[in-house]
Amino acid sequence: MAKTYSAGVKEYRETYWMPEYTPLDTDLLACFKITPQEGVPREEVAAAVAAESSTGTWTTVWTDLLTDLDHYKGRAYAIEDVPGDDTCFYAFVAYPIDLFEEGSVVNVLTSLVGNVFGFKALRALRLEDIRFPIAYVMTCNGPPQGIQVERDLLNKYGRPLLGCTIKPKLGLSAKNYGRACYEGLRGGLDFTKDDENVNSQPFMRWRHRFDFVMEAIHKAEAETGERKGHYLNVTAPTSDEMMKRAEYAKEIGAPIIMHDYLTGGLSANTQLAQWCQDNGMLLHIHRAMHAVLDRNPHHGIHFRVLTKVLRLSGGDHLHSGTVVGKLEGDRDATLGWIDIMRDSYIKEDRSRGIFFDQDWGAMPGVIPVASGGIHVWHMPALVNIFGDDSCLQFGGGTLGHPWGNAAGAAANRVAVEACVEARNAGVEIEKEGKDVLTKAAKSSPELKIAMETWKEIKFEFDTVDKIDAAHK
Amino acid sequence: MSDVQDYASSLGDAAGSRKYETFSYLPALSVESTRAQIQYIVDKGWNPGIEHTEPENAISNYWYMWKLPMFGETDVDAILAEIENCHKAHPKNHVRLLGFDNFAQSAGTAMVVHRGVSV
Repeated sequence: MAKTYSAGVKEYRETYWMPEYTPLDTDLLACFKITPQEGVPREEVAAAVAAESSTGTWTTVWTDLLTDLDHYKGRAYAIEDVPGDDTCFYAFVAYPIDLFEEGSVVNVLTSLVGNVFGFKALRALRLEDIRFPIAYVMTCNGPPQGIQVERDLLNKYGRPLLGCTIKPKLGLSAKNYGRACYEGLRGGLDFTKDDENVNSQPFMRWRHRFDFVMEAIHKAEAETGERKGHYLNVTAPTSDEMMKRAEYAKEIGAPIIMHDYLTGGLSANTQLAQWCQDNGMLLHIHRAMHAVLDRNPHHGIHFRVLTKVLRLSGGDHLHSGTVVGKLEGDRDATLGWIDIMRDSYIKEDRSRGIFFDQDWGAMPGVIPVASGGIHVWHMPALVNIFGDDSCLQFGGGTLGHPWGNAAGAAANRVAVEACVEARNAGVEIEKEGKDVLTKAAKSSPELKIAMETWKEIKFEFDTVDKIDAAHK
Repeated sequence: MSDVQDYASSLGDAAGSRKYETFSYLPALSVESTRAQIQYIVDKGWNPGIEHTEPENAISNYWYMWKLPMFGETDVDAILAEIENCHKAHPKNHVRLLGFDNFAQSAGTAMVVHRGVSV
């Protein structure tokens, strides 16, 4: 029998709380951490989140009856306690796949982290995880090349890739900047990198930077006999300008370009990633603004969600945190989102903060980039944590070497190779790290002096955003 | 500046400056070290393969294959013997050992185990 219209306000839970619902394989699933206003029942808040992130609004409207709202609505289907925190709870919501435009992470986020995050009945809201159904994954373009293709293009196997962000972040002329790149590359780096806020400022316009850096790459390649690259940052004020810079990078033979996917925007990122795939270019992704979204344990979007969003939008590298360096990053949670970047199937694992199984099918993986306050002494831990399919980036840890960038690069290259060789031979490198490095330094004066320079530098602050676990 | 050491590397000095990827920044692998790396490839379940090239052509993707990849070979001595056979036949060439990962459809690792004579 057809429904009748009755104007007014209904409780959300009458429509959107469905504890009996079994999610479909094609549903997009979300886990929210909800901190409700006092006195509001959990089921009602969970239902409100499901409603406001899908079909609902605050009152009944007659046009609801022109469609099959029971098909299109988001369904809050489960609630769980947050271990060790009574102020909030987890709510699980299932969304039918046809709520979302194919291939558009923009559309998914606009729904899931849209108006609902300002909803008054909530004190705070955090999107902890999303399960993208494989049916949706298959509509997205994904990483332009993927890990194996990158290795084949660059002829680098069996070890982490090595990079360096050029410093100072701002103010160098293009020619001086190219010098800094050349020195790092000839010393043994695979990549140098534009800092994220290097775009096209008056002190160094993009085109001069691109030209000088390409000369640095060509000469370092001829000198070392190895393939090199520099992440030319094409992040720009408009996507037309971004594409212009990308086209020029391709024209001069650059193997890899770079984009900031959050400040640059997901539409621009997806466009650029598809262009990279069509043009055989690698794409390095920086994540400026992520900590604004992901660092507060009660509000925002967890980085594992931002990781999934990037893999769908497209990128071959993504900054992941280092665990051991100067920037925030819980070890277990970091291991979780590294898996999300690289693996084809990731099982639910609450100890790593992973709430859902995630199937990526044949979508290529993304290389995690560890960057920020790391130096040679961190190398054994980094190789152990990140494994071969990673890019380790030492900025100050290369450029701050007392003998300059080439020596700094060589020190890091010797250190990473020594760690890999020892690991392959069965040595527990995190435990025996000092011996491994000391032995390698015997044949590398560059490594020896680097070890002396940085031996006292550590970053031992407690993590702000930890995995939710009951207090011991 | 007397404490600062120069980084000696140049276009003109092929023998001193040209590298060839993984482990080329370390001293040449000893036989014992090579055995350990072969064991690693075997333990990973990868298929060992041997390739060689004149050092001046090392930038090419396609080095000369020595016979065929040794599919399913897990005997470290047999693999080491093949490396030596290749080296004896091409004493001036780089000889590299690869571990082919057929699931990743890519080499899992690759390393030069005999360093050629640069000209």
